[in-house]
Amino acid sequence: MTEPARTIVNVPAQAKRGEVIEIRAVVQHAMESGYRRTELGELIPRDIVRIFRCTYNNVEVFRAEFHPAMAANPLVSFTTRATESGTLVFEWRGDHGFSAQASASIRVS
Amino acid sequence: MKTHINQKRRSMLLGAASLSLLHRLPAQATPLDAATAMRAISGTTRTQAGRVRLDIPPLVENGNLVVMRVSVQSPMTESDYVKAVHVIAEANPLPNVFSAYLGPRAGRAEMTFRARLATTQRVWALAQMSDGSVWTGYADVLVTLAACTESP
Repeated sequence: MTEPARTIVNVPAQAKRGEVIEIRAVVQHAMESGYRRTELGELIPRDIVRIFRCTYNNVEVFRAEFHPAMAANPLVSFTTRATESGTLVFEWRGDHGFSAQASASIRVS
Repeated sequence: MKTHINQKRRSMLLGAASLSLLHRLPAQATPLDAATAMRAISGTTRTQAGRVRLDIPPLVENGNLVVMRVSVQSPMTESDYVKAVHVIAEANPLPNVFSAYLGPRAGRAEMTFRARLATTQRVWALAQMSDGSVWTGYADVLVTLAACTESP
């Protein structure tokens, strides 16, 4: 087993109820497009992250599909409304059983 | 007889030449492929121009890392919101780049991500609304260093 991929998530620690907050999430991954070749001319097989999902207290608030045209270490930033205090869970899934998770908590007043 | 052989030889040479070309260039999508990809998203709905803004720097030095930002004009209420956003690149090996699924809880229909562009081209963003309509916007981008063929 390879070691788990590094992730960075950026969620404000606190927010006012109803406020629209910006979230950024990055996962460490080469996003091998399947179009590059080695120096010997052999095609490097595709290996990418396919799905990104964010849940807010177990309710999905954002989901994205990545294609080979996504850059290495895919970053996504999006918005959500701060509804209640709790946890945001971020999940990435990809080729060859790739999986990574991160979470962040938020206090809503 | 001689001409026959010559012809055979010529066609073989031509075949070899085109093969080596294929070998070198990654398969490139065309605006037609992009149109097909967009039709796969919109289905029978006619797309309308407007409401979608795609921000990409007009001049990109490195196609391996292109910051794209999509924002859609929408009140983002329970009854009127953006369901999905799709980004399509006309001249990448595969036209699809990124798809996002959101709802009224997003508050704003805005998102940023980093993509790769194979060459200078037009990039499209499509937004599917809760009422079923599909809106489009685009950005023309000049790429100096292409992704895909060169190492990052």
